[in-house]
Amino acid sequence: MKKNEKIIELIGLTRQFDDGVVAVDNIDLYVRKGEFITFLGPSGCGKTTTLRMIAGFDKPTSGKILLNGEEIGDLPPNKRPINTVFQRYALFPHLNVYDNIAFGLKLKRIKVTYADKDGKEVQRVEKLKKYEIAQKVEKALKIVDLEGFEKRSVSTLSGGQQQRVAIARAIVNEPEILLLDEPLGALDLKMRKDMQLELKEMHKKLGITFIYVTHDQEEALTMSDTIVVMKDGVIQQIGTPTDIYNEPKNSFVADFIGESNIFSGTMVGDKKVRFIGNVFDCVDDFAKNEKVDVVVRPEDVFLMDEDKGQVKGKIISSIFKGVHYEMVMQVGKSEVVIQDTIERQVGEKVSIFIKPSDIHIMAKEFSSNKYDGYITKKNTVCFGDGEFECDVTQLYPNSHLDEEGYLITAEGESIDLTDVDVNVEVGLKDIEISDDHELGGAIGSIVSMIYKGDHYQLIVRTEENEEDYVLDTEYTWNENDIVSVIIPKEKIKLSLKQEVKR
Amino acid sequence: MIKKFFSRGYIFLVLAFIYIPIFILVLYSFNSGKTIGVWQGFSLEWYKKLFEVQEIRDVVVNTVVLAVVSSVIATVLGTLGAIGIHYSKGKLGKTVKGMSQIPVVNSEVVTACALVMLLMILGLSNRSIFGLYVGHIILSAPFVVLSVIPKLKQMDSSLYEAALDLGATPTQALFKVVLPEILPGIFSGFMLAVTLSLDDYIITATLSPLNYDTISTAVYKAIALTTEKASEQVPIYRALTTIIFLITVAVVVVMNIRANKTVQDKRKV
Repeated sequence: MKKNEKIIELIGLTRQFDDGVVAVDNIDLYVRKGEFITFLGPSGCGKTTTLRMIAGFDKPTSGKILLNGEEIGDLPPNKRPINTVFQRYALFPHLNVYDNIAFGLKLKRIKVTYADKDGKEVQRVEKLKKYEIAQKVEKALKIVDLEGFEKRSVSTLSGGQQQRVAIARAIVNEPEILLLDEPLGALDLKMRKDMQLELKEMHKKLGITFIYVTHDQEEALTMSDTIVVMKDGVIQQIGTPTDIYNEPKNSFVADFIGESNIFSGTMVGDKKVRFIGNVFDCVDDFAKNEKVDVVVRPEDVFLMDEDKGQVKGKIISSIFKGVHYEMVMQVGKSEVVIQDTIERQVGEKVSIFIKPSDIHIMAKEFSSNKYDGYITKKNTVCFGDGEFECDVTQLYPNSHLDEEGYLITAEGESIDLTDVDVNVEVGLKDIEISDDHELGGAIGSIVSMIYKGDHYQLIVRTEENEEDYVLDTEYTWNENDIVSVIIPKEKIKLSLKQEVKR
Repeated sequence: MIKKFFSRGYIFLVLAFIYIPIFILVLYSFNSGKTIGVWQGFSLEWYKKLFEVQEIRDVVVNTVVLAVVSSVIATVLGTLGAIGIHYSKGKLGKTVKGMSQIPVVNSEVVTACALVMLLMILGLSNRSIFGLYVGHIILSAPFVVLSVIPKLKQMDSSLYEAALDLGATPTQALFKVVLPEILPGIFSGFMLAVTLSLDDYIITATLSPLNYDTISTAVYKAIALTTEKASEQVPIYRALTTIIFLITVAVVVVMNIRANKTVQDKRKV
């Protein structure tokens, strides 16, 4: 068996449901023969739909599925050399363990060649013989460690045992590919860990391709040869577990795989990045003034006494996690999660040190400015070192303001929005700047101006907290100009950080 | 204490109202005289006559054959319908499901009259064995649908997919996996259909050919004293209804025992 042979190839695979939701959006992927590949992502990311299309339960809206180079998009599930282990096992309740496992074998028809009287070869389609079925079932039960369970009713089995029967029922048919749809989801933690190792062992022994679906990143890291991280029907990253953990391609992958600190940062020089109020040396090369996401794993942050590290802060929480303490240090408005074996008391002033190689920098997918803000008494919003007029009624659908400035919801409830924390989002094209400092809500200096083909992208940075406004404009300005930032009331998008107590 | 006495007494009264008439019927089926209220001594005469009078034997055979045949057809149609409804999607599925429920609550008179008109429009006789069977099937099929659908809903939807996955064609998956799963629903649907058909008066009276009686129409004719001969038969029907009552009790008892047993079996596990 050639290890690098592609067994499954997905080309531009798309699945749109009847209600218009695109579950899988134009994905390209191949699976090598004998590989253990895992589709990983949060629920609703399209991983199960992809699996169902490979199994044949769902038809792609467009795109191709190739099995050993042949298109199988229209082949019904019973004609595919693929078997599935279902999420809730889907054992047949009216059959015992033996009959469940033998189900596929009893349906199987094989071509047998005979020599007739004249020595001519005659082909006949035959069922498998009873003893052949019995042998195969016995072998499968042995693989899943359930010898002697043949006569048991499946409803008398524990979750773990049912799981094993489901696996035996699939592998007894000797499929080319085994699909596993979150098969360990219903088991308890200890059993899950054991089964993970057993599945990996089984994969080695059987030598067939495993395609595994899970939302559990730890499960994916433990078992897979290759991980495919998905989000919103789109593949975010494909790689080995080590690649995905150490070199996440974007902040989503970093956040989803393992624990991580993700900060917004700005490149301030050659291999120098500024985040949480400090400039760090790093090893990734990005253009100056580019907005980036910075990922630091909690285990890579070193805690030190107050004056020894790079950034000072205060411990605000500490939780014992068995092997280590998980502590949170506050630096200005940011929080840094740290894992260390030595506990620091809550309230203790400390500092941290991060090695340049442990700072992982990713290009930011920058489409809008995002800020943390709060609503003032006058129903304006404060963010980014400034105060802007805004439309607070967008926080609640169909609401309006009364004469005294209280928000009246569609249900007629009255809400005082003063000091409510909100997420603020402003598009790059929605910000204007002016030399007249009275006109805008915030004042800053232009720190960068990049020509982007048909427009300039400017960054205006405020003095106080160094907040940045990124904007697209057709006009040229000069770097270091002090300008005021104008955002039209209707262009400020607000959303509640949490439900307001009424 | 007093409260307990009254609550017990109340239940006793309710049960008495239900069972006293039946008890009287059973009692007088053993009366040698014809009239209820006048006890003339114990006899099994009416039971003997039950098996002797040809007309009554015909009526019983008519009723049972009608019930079994129409129920089998209704069960097949109803089960197929339920499966179709369960797996159809979108607005069409909802509409069909809603429409299949209407005959359950619909008045039987409406069904009967509608069928008479339909048969006449089709140029068929409005009183025929065919029409009668069609009527009974229409009467009970919706109840079969009604008792099968919950079983389909309870069934793990991935069972069907699992069967396909293991190499079954859709038809094989239906017979090997889906049908065994919903069998209890099909069985109770069938029992319901039999009961409905046995009991039915309106559709039978409207659609059956003129001299073709089932138990319900025959009993009605007898107690309505339409003919001299029919009134002769009234005491025989007492015996017949007693037997029917005993069969019903036996069926209920057996089913209860079986139900208890399966519950216990599950508990043991």
